[in-house]
Parts: sequence; structure tokens; C-alpha cells
Amino acid sequence: MGSALASDGVYLRDTVRTAVKLLIVGHFAVGKTTFVGTLSEIRPLRTEETMTQASASVDDLAGVNGKSTTTVALDFGRLTLNDELVLYLFGAPGQQRFTQIWKDIAYGALGALVLTDTRRLENSFEVMGLLEELGVPYAVAVNEFDGAPTFPTEELRDALDLLDETPLVFCDARDPGSSTQALIALVDYLLTRTQETV
Amino acid sequence: MTGPRRERALVRPHVVTGGRAHPSRNTFDVVTVVMATRENVAGLTPEKRRLMELCRGGALSVAEVAAHLSLPISVTKVLLSDLVDSGHIVTHAAVPYTTRPDIKLLKDVLDGLRARL
Repeated sequence: MGSALASDGVYLRDTVRTAVKLLIVGHFAVGKTTFVGTLSEIRPLRTEETMTQASASVDDLAGVNGKSTTTVALDFGRLTLNDELVLYLFGAPGQQRFTQIWKDIAYGALGALVLTDTRRLENSFEVMGLLEELGVPYAVAVNEFDGAPTFPTEELRDALDLLDETPLVFCDARDPGSSTQALIALVDYLLTRTQETV
Repeated sequence: MTGPRRERALVRPHVVTGGRAHPSRNTFDVVTVVMATRENVAGLTPEKRRLMELCRGGALSVAEVAAHLSLPISVTKVLLSDLVDSGHIVTHAAVPYTTRPDIKLLKDVLDGLRARL
């Protein structure tokens, strides 16, 4: 319709009737944006949300509400799975202080993929804790950075304190095939646990 | 001391939304798909006109509308719900949310991902 965006495949197919979302989460610099960018059929987009939160410190100025604002950037991408179904991947920051944003994004999400890095495994606990609090099922994918140490799967599972049922996979966030496999492991797990609870 | 500010817009978000922080309806998710239904944008605010101009090109999710217009998602939801109320925008319901995900839907997602390999 004369829009510059139309020629880029920016818009959804007219036949799309269902949109679902998965979260791509993990600690700072673990490769969330890379992962989303590798799989997205559109140029990954970024939206910013400003949060106002009550300040934790108490101000002495009577009548002045201590408030601080934080800007949170969400990177997301899109994959059209068939004529009627589209999947959105949202990369969400992993800190506890972003809980409100998480609640908005996690609501209705099918599940989450937790990206982790063998050099900083302990940094993944906060994000896994948040998902558990919100009741979002997840799988863990080790993003294999060049030069990062490798460990046997069992050692990694122990170090991450994973439940037996939680999938642990390896991927290279720069590689579409390997990143797709990580999502497949997650959705396969989501399907299995749903079928088991029927 | 005040740090550097990063404001893209000259107009603050609460001005764009007429001072409201919450949408008139609570049916929007970040992946709700929206489409324009009307050509006529007479009487709309500049932000709503921009939104209609974008949405006239085709269907987009709420998150995409927000990103293309460089507006926060919360502000975009307020604008969109007004435009639904006034008949300018229609939505395709996102996934119906239940406590248990739909098996058929998960299978479709899985098949779609496998087909990409």
C-alpha cells in the first residue's frame, strides 16, 4: 500500500491467525540478542519500556515520593511457522529488578529458553529462579562461546542444579541450525510435559 | 546530579496517551495481532495517525507496532485500545490463555520449527 515497510516483508501474512511467544533469557552478554537475530525472519526489533518503581531508600523530604525510572530494552524477532501461525522470540533481561516487565512478557508465553555460558554458570540462577516464580517452564541451552571451557553434561546439570526433566542442550547462537535445534528441544519438552499432565 | 537523558520524542508519553497509564481495555498482549480497518483518520491525534499509517500496510503484533513507532509497549496499548474503541483497528485474539497449553498448538510449533532445518 505504498508503504516502504511492505516491500521488506515487515508485515505478517494475511492468513496468520495465531501468534505465540517464547522467551529467550539469560544473564548479561550471554547471547540473547544474537540468538534472536540469528533466527528472526525480520530485522530484530527493539522496544523500550520505562518502568517507574518505588525507591528502596527512604527520603527524608516529607511528601516527596522516592521514585526511580529504569528503561528496559526488549529485543524480539519473528518466525512464521506456517500460513496461520507465527512465533515471536523475546529476549528479556535477566535481573530481578525487571520483574514487572517479565510478568507482562511472560504472561501467556509457551515457555523459555535459558541461555548460559560455561564461564558464568552461577549467573543463571537468578533468571531460573524468576521463571520458577512465574511458573514458566524452561529448557537450558549452553551457548558455546569460542574458547569457553567445556564440561560433561552431568557436571553441568549438577552445577546448574537442574531437575531431571529439564532439558540441557548445547548451541551456537550464531548458527541458525543449532539455534533452531535448541528451540526444538524446548518445545518438545513443553509438549511432553503437557501431554503428561492431561 | 542528573545523568544524560535519552529521550527520542519531544512529546512525553503521558501527553501522547492523554495522561493515561492504562488502556481502556485489557485485551492486548505483546503478540496480539492488530490491523487497520478504516482509511479515515480525521480527528485522530498525530500519534494515532502515525499508528494508523503503519497499520494500513498490513497486520503486525503489538510489539512490532511499538518498535516501529519507537513508543513504549504500554503507551502503544493505550493508543491501540482507543483505536479499537473507535473502530479504526481490529485485533486477532492472541492465543487463548489457559493454565494448560494446547497440545495441538505445541505440535504445530514443533512441526514448524522442524520444517526450518
